[in-house]
Amino acid sequence: MPLLLEIKDLITAFDTAQGRLKAVDGVSLKIKSGETMGIVGESGCGKTMLALSIMRLIPANGRIINGEILFSGRDLLKISAEEMRAKRGSEISMIFQEPMTSLNPVFRVGEQIAEAIRLHQHLPAKKAMELSVEQLREVGISDPQKRAQDYPHNLSGGMRQRVMIAMAMSCYPKLLLADEPTTALDVTIQAQILDLISNLKQKNKMTVVLITHDLGVIAQAAQKVAVMYAGKIVESSAVEEIFANPLHPYTQGLLESIPARCGQSLERGGYLKTIPGSVPSLYNIAPGCRFYDRCSYADEECSGKEPPLEEINPSHFVSCWKYGAKKNN
Amino acid sequence: MLKTFVEIRELTKKYILSSGLFNPRKRIIYAVNNIDLQIFKGETLGLVGESGCGKSTLARLMTRLEKPSSGYITFKGENIFSYDKEALKAYRRNVQIIFQDPYSSLNPRKSALSIIKEPLTIHRIGDKKTRSEAALEIMAKVGLSKEQANRYSHEFSGGQRQRIGIARALVLNPELVIADEPVSSLDVSIQAQILNLLKDLKHDYNLTYLFISHDLNVIRYISDRVAVMYLGKIVELALNSDIYNRPLHPYTRMLLSAVPSCDPQKKKRMMNIKGEARAENDEGCAFQNRCSYKTEICAKVEPRLEKIDEQSFCACHLAGSI
Repeated sequence: MPLLLEIKDLITAFDTAQGRLKAVDGVSLKIKSGETMGIVGESGCGKTMLALSIMRLIPANGRIINGEILFSGRDLLKISAEEMRAKRGSEISMIFQEPMTSLNPVFRVGEQIAEAIRLHQHLPAKKAMELSVEQLREVGISDPQKRAQDYPHNLSGGMRQRVMIAMAMSCYPKLLLADEPTTALDVTIQAQILDLISNLKQKNKMTVVLITHDLGVIAQAAQKVAVMYAGKIVESSAVEEIFANPLHPYTQGLLESIPARCGQSLERGGYLKTIPGSVPSLYNIAPGCRFYDRCSYADEECSGKEPPLEEINPSHFVSCWKYGAKKNN
Repeated sequence: MLKTFVEIRELTKKYILSSGLFNPRKRIIYAVNNIDLQIFKGETLGLVGESGCGKSTLARLMTRLEKPSSGYITFKGENIFSYDKEALKAYRRNVQIIFQDPYSSLNPRKSALSIIKEPLTIHRIGDKKTRSEAALEIMAKVGLSKEQANRYSHEFSGGQRQRIGIARALVLNPELVIADEPVSSLDVSIQAQILNLLKDLKHDYNLTYLFISHDLNVIRYISDRVAVMYLGKIVELALNSDIYNRPLHPYTRMLLSAVPSCDPQKKKRMMNIKGEARAENDEGCAFQNRCSYKTEICAKVEPRLEKIDEQSFCACHLAGSI
């Protein structure tokens, strides 16, 4: 499969009163056409900023100061604002965590979907509205003709997220960025939405970047996964590999801290393993490994120099001195 | 251990929604609908259900922040809704709540120490000095340092704020702690720290927990017994191991099958999960529209929570036969 998206050494920084903060700090990522890439990490690790950087929608005080984002071979950071606007919503779409705040409360949902179709496909209003109803049917909304006339507040959380997906899918994008699409939803609705995304992906031969903090969602819905920590990718591989053989101490810690992981029988009175401490502040990053003060394997070498992301096993990349460089010494 | 501590009997809380100023049509929402439930001294009772199923309303009723439409709750044999002022104050000392969102539940203008000792001031326990001592002691217990005592809540991370919320709840030495989604706004690595802490504190202070969560994995980790709620009713109540190993109610099964497994080898075909939790039926089982086992009787007769064996209760006509 050819590459659809290649990110090279991307740095997205924010200039704030407390100084410069690199939310995304040297991320490189390759995503093949047709695959689902999961990006997992805790809050503040930069996963949303990575997605917004791809969309070139980072907040006003932020800037992409380094790197390339190659989409079908073209660098999105070099094209004009108009060109980028034409790509957004037609070739690259994004769905957000909170469907209530991302829909406009004063327009009917049908009109909101039709707007995207009108703008990108230059169709007359009536035709666009017909396609909009068709999209609502596609995402499993019953009685779409009638629902199209509803306002967002008439719909439940799951229905709103379906509307968001219908809007994102309306121009059949090549790439869908889904930022925590199910976090605000109940588990039963989450299962339905994940199913829907995977069906639409198959049907439209779409590529998906699925951003989540939930490793269970990754295991069920993604083929590849990248783990982010404090603005960097610390491990990436195929999904089966990372769950069977997690290499980075942070990934290992994350997996162990899930209660009742994999439905394993949990000993009564047993304790969960935890990662001590909390995520470091991005304002003053110390030299060396970012996971240094939370890591039980850390030694002197780790505090001095930042480990590079290296291929340890075929297609399994880890950024940790425990492997690779150190091993060869 | 198995002494009835809290008894909830035929508890109902309804809210009346009017559809607008000029619209006379009114809708009645049963947030808690005829619930019977017991909490035993020293146990952790997990309460699980989707949003809007009435979990938090039940917590508000138990803390007497709401009054029921009918039914009652007894605490150590006495009806909490017929307490006089004095008895209510003592009850509120004995029953404390930990909230979901550590960002909005802490006063931003107060330091950690003054937040934690405020309950002592309100209940007029000790003097200025002993209050601070008690607050510092409990802070150490929940893993906050002395140096952090004078900091304000914005200086703390989410996990640390939740520790402050826990310390505030425990400083009065309560017997019953109601934890309403205490870890759902935390990251998974922090969530594990807080869950372990709650487990330790329960042991050290001899607490009884009502632990409310929508997360079945969390409930599984912490609970002795689990109650599953659906649209204001308890549909299944059983020992932790029974709920997960042999769920009786079709809704419990649906919930369990919807939890994404962390094993990518088992990309399971999820059980046919349909519909959303909505009160649509006037008659029969509230779950009938989403249930794949539905039979004739389900549309007509509402199932009651029946005893299946010593520890298991289920509200389904087909319990045991499906």
